[in-house]
Amino acid sequence: MTKSAVIMGMPVRITIVDEGNINEAIAHVFSYFRHIDKTFSTYKNSSVISKINNGLLSQKNVSKEVAQVLARCEQTKRETGGFFNAWKNGKLDPSGLVKGYAIYHGAQMLHKFGFKNFAVEIAGDVQVFGTNEEKKPWRIGIQNPFKVNENVKIVAVIDKGIATSGTYVQGRHIYDPVHKIAADEIASMTVIADNVYDADRFATAAFAMGEKGIAFIQKLSGYEGYMIKKDKKAVYTDGFEKFVV
Amino acid sequence: MKKYLQITVLFIIFGIVVLLRQLRGSEEQNRVVGNSTMPNSSLPPGQQTNISYKDGTYTGDVTDAYYGNVQVQVAIVNGKISDVIFLQYPNDARTSQVINAQAMPLLKSEAIQAQSANVDIVSGASQTSQAFQQSLASALKKAS
Repeated sequence: MTKSAVIMGMPVRITIVDEGNINEAIAHVFSYFRHIDKTFSTYKNSSVISKINNGLLSQKNVSKEVAQVLARCEQTKRETGGFFNAWKNGKLDPSGLVKGYAIYHGAQMLHKFGFKNFAVEIAGDVQVFGTNEEKKPWRIGIQNPFKVNENVKIVAVIDKGIATSGTYVQGRHIYDPVHKIAADEIASMTVIADNVYDADRFATAAFAMGEKGIAFIQKLSGYEGYMIKKDKKAVYTDGFEKFVV
Repeated sequence: MKKYLQITVLFIIFGIVVLLRQLRGSEEQNRVVGNSTMPNSSLPPGQQTNISYKDGTYTGDVTDAYYGNVQVQVAIVNGKISDVIFLQYPNDARTSQVINAQAMPLLKSEAIQAQSANVDIVSGASQTSQAFQQSLASALKKAS
C-alpha cells in the first residue's frame, strides 16, 4: 500500500509491502515528519531553527534531537573539508541533512512496527528496506535534471538509501561554502549508501564540490555516486554499475 | 583520452616522488599528497644512477588533472634530481588532497540516455527546488 502527503513543503510517500497495521504506522511517521518540519523549518518563524536565527534561542538550550542534528552538521562539515556547511551568512540552515535524517528515522519507526519491506520517500530522497511488491529489489529511477519526467538510469537496490542533490531548471542553488559562491558546475549528484541519512549529507557536500564531488564519493567506502554534468555527460563511481538494471 | 592523461600525470608525479625517496633512502612516513613542497634535503652520497641531466631548475607544464591544475618544478644538481616542488597543486580543501591519488582513475563516464523501464520511486532534486518550496510556503501561508 502506498500513501502520500505533502509535509515539510514537499511530497512524502510511504509504500509498505507487508501486511499489518499499515494505516497506524504511516500516520505515525507522517506525524513525526510534521514534527520535524515544525522544528527544523527555515520558513516557519516558530521553528527552533528560526528562533536560533532570530536570536530568540541559544543553541545550548535546544532539545536532544536538535542538538543531535547540529552535531551531525558539524561532523559533516569536518568530513567534507567544509563543503557541507549549515551556516551561511550567519544563519543556520541544516536542511542539507534534515531530510535524510527524517526519512531514516521514519524508516526506523516502520521497523519498530514490525515491517520489513517498505520504502520511505521525501521529495526524491528515499530509504528502502527489503524488496518491492513483486518481491524484487526496489527499482529507483535517477531523474534527468534537464527533463524531470524522464529517468536516465535505473538502479535496483535492497536495504539502501538514495539521495540526489541538484540545481534543476528553476532549481535551488546549493551554496559552495568553501569558495562562497553558488555551486552550479554540475546538474545533479546522486549518492547510494546503506542509509539515506548519510547519502543525503554527502550528496549535498559532493554537489557543492562541483565536478570534484564524484571523486569524493569514490573515496568513501560503502558509497556509490552518479554525477550528471551540465554538458549532459555523467561521471560515476566504479561500484555504481552493480546496481544498474 | 582525458582519463589516460590523468593517470599518466599521477604516475609521473608518484614516480618522481618514489624515485626521490629511494635516492634519499628516506624513512620518512609523511604522506605525499598534501605536502606542497618536498623537503630540501640533498641526496645521500654513493647513490648513483645512469641517467644524467643538465643542472638547473626546470618548470613543467600546467596540466589539467581534472580536479585541478598540477605543475611541478624540478631542480637538478650534479646531473641528478635534487628536488621537486609542486608549483600548483589542488589544495583548496582537505578533501581534494585526499581524493586525488586514489579516486580519479576509477571513475567512469557516459552520455546520459533516457530509460523507459518502470520504476518504483524516482530520485531527483526537482521537488526540493527553492521555487517549489517558496511557492508551497506562500500557498500554505495563504491557507493558514
